Amino acid sequence: MLIRLLEKGFGKRADARRLPVPGPPNRGPFNRDFWRSPLRGPWLASLLSAALLPLLVVTALTGFLSHVAYETELPGNAIGGSDGILAPIYRALDWPAGWAWLYAVNQGVHIVAGFAAAPILLAKLWAVIHKLWERPAVRTLAHLLERISLALLVGGALFVFVTGVFNIQIYYPWKFSFVPSHYWASFIFLGALAFHIALKFPVMRKAFRENGVVAPLRRDLASTAAEASSASESVPTDPAPPTISRRGFVAVVGGTSVGLTVMMAGQSIGGPLRDLAVLAPRGRDYGSGPNDFQINKTASAAGIESTRTGPSWTLELVGTRKEMLTRDELLVMTQATHDLPIACVEGWSTTQSWTGVPLRDLARLAGAREDDILLVESLQESGSFRDAALHPAQISDPRSLLALKVNGADLSLDHGFPARIIVPALPGVHNTKWVASMTFRSA
Amino acid sequence: MARFARNYGAGPLHLLSALASFAVAGYAALRIRELGAPGNVAFWFVGVIVAHDLLLLPLYSLVQSVASRLSRAQARPARAGAPPPPGVLLLNHVRVPAMIAGLLFGLFFPAILGRNEGYVDASGLESDVYLGRWLALTAALFVLSGLLYAVRRGRSLAAHTG
Repeated sequence: MLIRLLEKGFGKRADARRLPVPGPPNRGPFNRDFWRSPLRGPWLASLLSAALLPLLVVTALTGFLSHVAYETELPGNAIGGSDGILAPIYRALDWPAGWAWLYAVNQGVHIVAGFAAAPILLAKLWAVIHKLWERPAVRTLAHLLERISLALLVGGALFVFVTGVFNIQIYYPWKFSFVPSHYWASFIFLGALAFHIALKFPVMRKAFRENGVVAPLRRDLASTAAEASSASESVPTDPAPPTISRRGFVAVVGGTSVGLTVMMAGQSIGGPLRDLAVLAPRGRDYGSGPNDFQINKTASAAGIESTRTGPSWTLELVGTRKEMLTRDELLVMTQATHDLPIACVEGWSTTQSWTGVPLRDLARLAGAREDDILLVESLQESGSFRDAALHPAQISDPRSLLALKVNGADLSLDHGFPARIIVPALPGVHNTKWVASMTFRSA
Repeated sequence: MARFARNYGAGPLHLLSALASFAVAGYAALRIRELGAPGNVAFWFVGVIVAHDLLLLPLYSLVQSVASRLSRAQARPARAGAPPPPGVLLLNHVRVPAMIAGLLFGLFFPAILGRNEGYVDASGLESDVYLGRWLALTAALFVLSGLLYAVRRGRSLAAHTG
């Protein structure tokens, strides 16, 4: 009944629009006739989608792996809300410490793929904008569901991109918490994307069969015309003369994507490539001293007072017994030195040479059991990431340190003096700075 | 089955996959509702659609259509029966660097305008370098595009006269 009503209601308007309209057609932007670029059509939309999809898959996968790396099932590690019905999956997956570069690469790829996708996403939305204003607005119930799903698709895509891009610049013009909102909105986006792919895969196949995959890229401006498509509602009703060839358009979009890739990869790979990260938040040079490298949170921002980090500082080490250790006592223990990255969720990293006491030696000293987890608390009294929990494999890796020095010098206050955690492949913020206490206990 | 397809507008698999994707979205929305400020998430979810589809895209399309109208004289053959215009439009060499600079601004404006107040606390650095970097990048894009135009134009003219 409802369907009939919908059909009738909108069907009439559709018939009316098919009558010859006297005078100039309606050219307001809220009518599909306004969108006259001859480049718009199923082939261009399909080519952009074919480029976009692998980038989105990579961005989504690395995003979920990052959630695994945060080990949200350990006490204090969850950032907002619970994992809900996905909790068993995250409980089952332990983020390994074996490959020190793993989190740096994962997040570098996440941010690079996301930024590389941004111009293609915008081009894709441009290529199909006329579909937003198609008439009749709703043909059938199936069509209505498709349009609702498109709102979730476009809203979800723009939401995860905008929040992600703002987050890496530490810009929060909203009231919600970034991590859980970005995370759960990606499910809305990906659910709608799966439905969209199922619907549009045949359209893509047909567009490539009718036009060839790359054949339209061979034509120059003079021979550029609207797509010959049997799907007439997908091409402009009254195409304007072309002002750019399809290969020109694709070259601009692709070139921008490559440029952003270089820029965002620079702050992840570091070294001389960091200079290429011109606009990236972490393409900055701190100088040439042993402590001159990227900081994630300054001591003053964390409210660390120098009175508490002075000679009176002691580490509270708790296991089956409790020890209080001064920095000098820690320094006379067996020291180990390892090159390890700090890798931020925001897609930048920096590898430095850290010296300190292996966590497993401290576990032995505290009388910890083999399957104990480790809770690390900072001198920082409030705010996020003042504590973090590590799982047994992260404690027992020989390169996991309570670092006291970096590049041969004492840690600076901004890098966590008197002592900080550094663990291979651990998300940067879990490498707790200004450590106050370490507690080994069963999970 | 045929009646279902007629009434619904597609096959049953279409309906099932639509419902499955809505179920995922619904569950995610439930999780978001448990967080602080779910209304603000909804506001931003709708806001980004409105900002892009109803403001940003129509606006830059309008600017482009004005620009292409201005450049139409260049594209038109000087006289009837003249050879087709050379495939180099000044329009593209202006709007392409402008679009890329605009995209970069759109992506990095919090840093460029210094609106990201948390950046100082996070990095220990001021974010005052980004406006200069973006302007330099924009200038470089226009210079590069201009050089490319000169080369392409020269080649195209040589091909037409030679």
